[in-house]
Amino acid sequence: MFGRVLSGDYPRSPILTGALLLILFVLAFAPFLFTGAQPLNVAAKICVFILLVASYDLLLGYTGIVSFAHTMFFGIGGYGAAIALSRLGPSWAALALGIVAAIAVAGTLALLIGLFSLRVRAIFFAMITLAVATAFLVLASQLSGFTGGEDGLNYTVPELLRPSFRLFAEPIFGTIVNGRIVTYYIVFFIALAGFLLLLRVVNSPFGSVLQAIRENEFRAEALGYPVVVYRSFASVVSAVMAALAGILLALWLRYTGPDTTLSFAIMIDVLLMVVIGGMGTLYGAVIGATLMTIAESYLPAIMGSLGKVGAGIPFLSTLLSADRWLLWLGILFILSVYFFPTGIVGKLRAHWQNKRHGTAQRQDSSTPGDSGNTRPSN
Amino acid sequence: MPDPLLTLQGVHTHIGHYHILQGVDFEVPRGSFTVLLGRNGAGKTTTLRTIMGLWKASRGNIRFAGEDVTSRATPDIAASGIAYVPENMSVFSGLTVQENLILAARTGKIDAVRLEWIFSLFPALQRFFGLAAGTLSGGQKQMLAIARALIEPRDLILVDEPTKGLAPAIVGNMIRAFREVKNAGATVLLVEQNFMAARMLGDAVVVMDDGRIVHRGAMAELAADSALQQRLLGLHMEAHQ
Repeated sequence: MFGRVLSGDYPRSPILTGALLLILFVLAFAPFLFTGAQPLNVAAKICVFILLVASYDLLLGYTGIVSFAHTMFFGIGGYGAAIALSRLGPSWAALALGIVAAIAVAGTLALLIGLFSLRVRAIFFAMITLAVATAFLVLASQLSGFTGGEDGLNYTVPELLRPSFRLFAEPIFGTIVNGRIVTYYIVFFIALAGFLLLLRVVNSPFGSVLQAIRENEFRAEALGYPVVVYRSFASVVSAVMAALAGILLALWLRYTGPDTTLSFAIMIDVLLMVVIGGMGTLYGAVIGATLMTIAESYLPAIMGSLGKVGAGIPFLSTLLSADRWLLWLGILFILSVYFFPTGIVGKLRAHWQNKRHGTAQRQDSSTPGDSGNTRPSN
Repeated sequence: MPDPLLTLQGVHTHIGHYHILQGVDFEVPRGSFTVLLGRNGAGKTTTLRTIMGLWKASRGNIRFAGEDVTSRATPDIAASGIAYVPENMSVFSGLTVQENLILAARTGKIDAVRLEWIFSLFPALQRFFGLAAGTLSGGQKQMLAIARALIEPRDLILVDEPTKGLAPAIVGNMIRAFREVKNAGATVLLVEQNFMAARMLGDAVVVMDDGRIVHRGAMAELAADSALQQRLLGLHMEAHQ
């Protein structure tokens, strides 16, 4: 049962399993575990970013495609829902239309970029995606009559999702289940379903071909797999999932603007989350998105408190000032890359594999490499 | 002589500014085991890669099973029934042995009887079926690369230096496996530097030098003529006994 849900892709490390279960538990019960708006905001953002980062890992980690246009697809999702709700009113039909349009636009654009650009070398493809994403950002800022320009769009969501809506008359576990909590659970379950779907994709025969292409595209071609077609299809799946994440963020924030969906700061965040969590493993997206979002949300406050402690000491107070939180985030990133070059998930899996391998070797000396060895080099 | 399954006529290949193949002509008869010999840099690997469409022939034509495949895309050439085993133990190291084999099966499923036959050729693959290919030894990786080409019946199998860098015991194992493949009636074009292995397997031989064919004929003739070996390959047979 569990194996089918996870598509046979287990965490393969007790520490990782524990961390993932803890994250799942906290996210599943966040509205009942915390009070105040910020924790729920952070939890919703983690859900959205898990889906966004996992969809990017399908491209970068599994297929070896470096794209800088991922936030563009995220933005298409956000703007799709935002434009539909602001133009057509806060109805489910408008939202459905926005979702369908956003997914269709994201998928088509990804297919076109893929078919026209994935034949070129990786660095040129990265440059093309950068140019397309920049053009889209400028377009979103300039078409203010349509997108709200730099100010973005504020809109009303369907009644069920509004804070004033009460799902139950009585509180559940002391919490009033309002439209905000309903929205949170929509975000949570769609992100979870999207993540499990991506897990299915990467563990399917299609996923194996993507990994083969990442390792050596010529060998994959020689086995009969048209690389451009597979890469383009991976781009489409990834873009659709990113658009879905954008739609979820739009529903949660009830606002969509260039800064929340299209900015390069978000693209860099996504890249960092993939690298910190571990490329080529979707569980890395969960760990990376959770750690980075928590760090970005709480580091300024932690730094502020530490700054007060060191207020009397000139250099230390500057260093620990709340304004310096990005510096510390940068240091944390450098340290994590230095100590976990394969990401946290990669490191944890390798640690557990070595531990098990050591135990197995003590029990049975039959291990790969004990037959058919290459001739030792002279 | 059986009808040719593969025919190369005046094939030229340029890689950048380099003119590697300079009019290659030879045939691979159906059901034969043809060995392509030659010193390093003679153009053997380029020939195989050009047949597979990984490098495009700039002139000449390549016919496979009666059809011109010169300008076809690599996946189409592979789909037409040619399996290719590149040199250097070319497996997908992040995938398991099983996934590597499934990847090579065009139907996405492995035939159980075929798999048993492959396990009988390379027992190590059965033992490490669920392990990542990257954890295998060099010899085991080479076995897996060959097994990928055998997982389904193919009309033609191109193999590039399968014994390169392997310990003598493993080379012997490899030769036994290729003999079984040969006995099963497969058509094979093998690039090999190890003349002893080539001599034991080949029905026909093609010798290349500087991007051209300098000799073609029966392997038995070349094996029996040490002067010819000396002239074509610079070999002293005593060194290979």
